[in-house]
Amino acid sequence: MGIAWAILSRLAKAAITLLLIVILNFFLIHAAPGDPAAVMAGEAGAADEKFIAQLRAQFGLDQPLYVQFWTYVSGVVQLDLGYSYRQQMPVLDLILDRLPATLLLTLTAFFMSLLLGIVFGLAAAARQGRWGDSAITSVALLFYATPLFWVALMAVVLFSVKLGWFPAFGYGSVGAGYTGFELLIDRLRHLFLPALTLGLFFMAVYLRMTRSSVLEVSQMDFVKTARAKGLNERVIRRRHILRNALLPVVTLAGLQAGQLVGGAVLTETVFAWPGIGRLMFESLTARDYNTLLGVFLVSAAMVIAFNIITDLVYRLIDPRI
Amino acid sequence: MMDFLKRFSRNKGALLGALILIVVVLLAVFAPLIYPDSPWKMVQRPFLTPFSTDGFPLGTDTLGRDVAAGLVHGARVSLIVGLVSTLVALLIGVPLGALAGFYGGLVDDGAMRFTEFFQTIPNFALAIVLVAILEPTLPTITLAIAIVSWPPVARLVRAEVLSLRNREFVDAARLAGLSNMRILFGHILPNAMSPIIVMASLMVATAILLESSLSFLGLGDPNIMSWGYMIGAARTVIRNAWWLSFIPGVAILLTVLALNLIGEGLNDALNPRLARKGR
Repeated sequence: MGIAWAILSRLAKAAITLLLIVILNFFLIHAAPGDPAAVMAGEAGAADEKFIAQLRAQFGLDQPLYVQFWTYVSGVVQLDLGYSYRQQMPVLDLILDRLPATLLLTLTAFFMSLLLGIVFGLAAAARQGRWGDSAITSVALLFYATPLFWVALMAVVLFSVKLGWFPAFGYGSVGAGYTGFELLIDRLRHLFLPALTLGLFFMAVYLRMTRSSVLEVSQMDFVKTARAKGLNERVIRRRHILRNALLPVVTLAGLQAGQLVGGAVLTETVFAWPGIGRLMFESLTARDYNTLLGVFLVSAAMVIAFNIITDLVYRLIDPRI
Repeated sequence: MMDFLKRFSRNKGALLGALILIVVVLLAVFAPLIYPDSPWKMVQRPFLTPFSTDGFPLGTDTLGRDVAAGLVHGARVSLIVGLVSTLVALLIGVPLGALAGFYGGLVDDGAMRFTEFFQTIPNFALAIVLVAILEPTLPTITLAIAIVSWPPVARLVRAEVLSLRNREFVDAARLAGLSNMRILFGHILPNAMSPIIVMASLMVATAILLESSLSFLGLGDPNIMSWGYMIGAARTVIRNAWWLSFIPGVAILLTVLALNLIGEGLNDALNPRLARKGR
């Protein structure tokens, strides 16, 4: 089985999944209490009877359900995610506008949490059963139980309000007119708290995975063999244990990364980070369901893309596949 | 049973967790006795700081509502949503996983594709969409959380059933002429209970986090006081009154931590061989 074939089959599977989500979206619009036309227009904004009647005709809501279904699905397949009456913009444009900020945030949070998780997980495993191990695992357990939005708020209180080290919200200093290097530093300063708080929970997850994976691999026969051969302990750790223990961690981390997109809704809301998570919150409070479902579809697509990339990376690293 | 209790209580963290959870459960059960008034009622002037006024140990919020009363009543929502949504998730995941593992073949393929589909969708985003569109009420919130949390149960149960279905006691039951359903639900599943119990205790914790996140975003039942709502409502005044967000967050943290500790304790007590490996 070549790598091209693997990519093709993953893409086909992804397409089917996305199609199913589109179908789910269609049924959700119709499951909403009230007239779908009113739902699409956003209930609070368009109480005007004439406007709703116009919408009904425009979307063919007076047509039989299967015709509506076909119109909706074929529209989405052609990347027509509908129109946001709230923002007076096509939903796709809205999302594309916000996507880079979310990608920057989630990718930073992912790599940060993976790196810290692996480092501390290895540190804990090396001190198994001793004081350092219980300190690290206890802190991880604490992060694991902390609500993401709360830790974000508390970070604002501590690092922005009290200490004044980092800005409390936004994507950059408005009107500062930074360019080049200054712009980069400014962006990083704004990125730090959102990425850190989004990553904390996942760091705890990766830490626990790394620790248990290392401990499991250390007891395997090939490690005992290496020891029996009299190999240097450091060589065993690096060449035998580390390599085999980290592979499953990286794969599972890639699969877990999908949850980062969900967490981004909370982080972006707290930090007013202009990404699609914040857009989801805005469309939620404005009852702008076209945008809400559009963001939902795109976030699922992001997760699928992430999973495919992880899969490919895994194939490249692991010679057995 | 005694053996189980002995092993469970040897784990100090699990005991601490059980202690915290008992306190939270007692507060939730006796909430109407401790604070008979509605937690929405304005009782004092707003922004009283904690420990400053007699009768209001945790102070009052932006609208003069008693924070302690909100905390105690909020415990009810968290626990109820956590428990019921986990039960519903088990009701979906256990039969699906059991049938997939037992029958294999096409049933297995179909069930696992279905599960995979739900696992691919980012689960918090799906919960938001479901609650937003079906209107936030206690039942829709519970259902939405159940819908996003069942897939791991199905996978776990399937794996357990797969490993048990060719064992001798199953052959014996088959020779005794028992029906497939009797064998699956009467003989195989009871032997797969321990990992399911451990997973369920961790799921309650996750469900409480999900519920608080939803109500923080304004997707809570508008008639019911909850911890997430309290944090969300205090968010705008975080610069002047950070403790209004801090206190309910500590309540969530402690409850979720307690459930995680209990889950680990159960894991050690129910799977003693695994526990010794040092996880």
